Amino acid sequence: MADTSYDVIPEAAAAAHQPSGHAPHGLGGIAIFGTLVVLAAIVLVPVYATIIDGFKELGDFQSNPFGLPHVWVWRNYWDILTSYRYWQVLGNSLIMAALTVALTLAVSSMAAFTFAHLRFFGDRFLLNYLQLGLLFPLATAILPLFIRIRDLGLLNSYWGVILPQVAFSLAMGVLLMRNAFKQLPNELLDAAFMDGCGYFRFFFFVTLPLVGPILSTVAVISFVGSWNGYLLPLVVINSDSKYPWTLGMMAYQGEYTTAWQLVLAFITLTILPAILMFLMAQRYIVAGLTAGAVKG
Amino acid sequence: MVQTTYVEPARRMTANGWATLVIFLPPALLLFTVFVALPMAEAAWYGFFNWNGYGRPEKFIGLKNYGYLIDNATFVRSLINNGLIIAVSLLVQLPFALGVAMLVAGRVPGAAWFRMIFFLPYVLADVAAGLIWHFMFDGDYGLVGAITHGLGLQPFYLLASKDWAFSAVLIVVLWKYFGFHMMLYVAGLQGIDKSLLEAAEMDGASPWQRFWHITLPQLGPMIRLSIFFSVIGALQLFDVIVPLTGGGPFETTNTMVSFLYYFGVTRMRAGFGSAVGVVLFIICVTFAFGYRRLFMRED
Repeated sequence: MADTSYDVIPEAAAAAHQPSGHAPHGLGGIAIFGTLVVLAAIVLVPVYATIIDGFKELGDFQSNPFGLPHVWVWRNYWDILTSYRYWQVLGNSLIMAALTVALTLAVSSMAAFTFAHLRFFGDRFLLNYLQLGLLFPLATAILPLFIRIRDLGLLNSYWGVILPQVAFSLAMGVLLMRNAFKQLPNELLDAAFMDGCGYFRFFFFVTLPLVGPILSTVAVISFVGSWNGYLLPLVVINSDSKYPWTLGMMAYQGEYTTAWQLVLAFITLTILPAILMFLMAQRYIVAGLTAGAVKG
Repeated sequence: MVQTTYVEPARRMTANGWATLVIFLPPALLLFTVFVALPMAEAAWYGFFNWNGYGRPEKFIGLKNYGYLIDNATFVRSLINNGLIIAVSLLVQLPFALGVAMLVAGRVPGAAWFRMIFFLPYVLADVAAGLIWHFMFDGDYGLVGAITHGLGLQPFYLLASKDWAFSAVLIVVLWKYFGFHMMLYVAGLQGIDKSLLEAAEMDGASPWQRFWHITLPQLGPMIRLSIFFSVIGALQLFDVIVPLTGGGPFETTNTMVSFLYYFGVTRMRAGFGSAVGVVLFIICVTFAFGYRRLFMRED
């Protein structure tokens, strides 16, 4: 399998020159550093332009899209920051994401616990059944899902977004947590039983405190998924007082199509929480998003 | 690790065990059944009907919805587009991510900063990324506007061009996702035993030989994993399309999911849209099973 699919890699490798683990030195090191600086600039330009052009007047940034503003127009940002609408869309997103995370953690840790510690008729089958959720994305079932949410009377409600989100992250949550629970030494459970502690107390006082890292992994994945979610709220939510920020941003763009400076300021302010969180909790977020992928 | 983890605990089910089971398991099963399993099964069922989503589906039309799909040029185009995204992800994005990973896994000054910057787009919402790039590609403002303006050319409306709009989608996908794959590779590179590389260097292996015979095989599991995520991610791409092109111009930039949304959901063609979902489901599941069976057995 390997030989053909790896044929494409040489260019990248040749550009790399430096095998991992060596401190680059001399010209090679400078070349690598220079390459990285250029790449970083390319990656950051769209974000930079979005932020900086939010400070400009339309005429200014048409002639000067990437430079600093000639006149700093703080109004664009200030008007959005003081608008009810901005805080409302962020609040809606936060409510939906927080409830999605809490429910995902609760429901999948309980299910994972039974699969890790109890033997019962059909346990394998049920575990495999839940794992089916890993195989296809929410988008495949979006139409029947919409009809079901409508028939349950959950259209245009937070729960109409939260419950399907939880359901679709269960497979991943149960898988990651069951593996983590099974890695805890069995002696723990034996000792707990000898002391007369039942499954419930064991779950709350022994298991959960010991699996913090995997809980935070699952929390990060489901939070980011919900916070950035677009398709599901697009289909479920139809009144703008309940819009999450992703829908709010698109609606704002729809209203101010040609006033790019306002749209860019709005984008900047709505992605700001994600960027700040990423900068502050970078280690956890990177570990969560990649470890979840690897272990899943 | 602890050996006992490999031995299944042969505990008898106690009353306490049953109580736990009855309380802990049903919420997950219920949520999963109602919002994942049933909708998927219903999609398969609705796909046989001509139905507007209200009342009960009654007009049974067999496989006609699937026939319409095959004859629908826009759907075929969206299938091709998904294929293109997969091709570019595998042939351009992953090798590029690996190259960058090799650069930032070493002891370059500021390596941690570079990794963070490259990972940043992955954390942003797809819709936000799409909208930011919509601005970048705008012919009057943004990057494209600046370039044509600077060269004294006529403004060029990339996103309105039948021939070029889809390349815009591909660029956004590259920008947004290469950092994620880079991070997987960095993790993989850090797991490689340095003494292997040092031993090879002592034996006179060139950097190229070390890469080809040690680094690459050692990264195997990570590469297989990132191929898997690339393909699954490419198949469900939607959020970027809406703010960037809305499927246009002339319906040339749809993906399967955006086709499902624009032609199924917004027009409430429940049967037809479900059939699109079923096609996507079959592709995803076939790929996931096939790929795991073929390439990820040993991981």
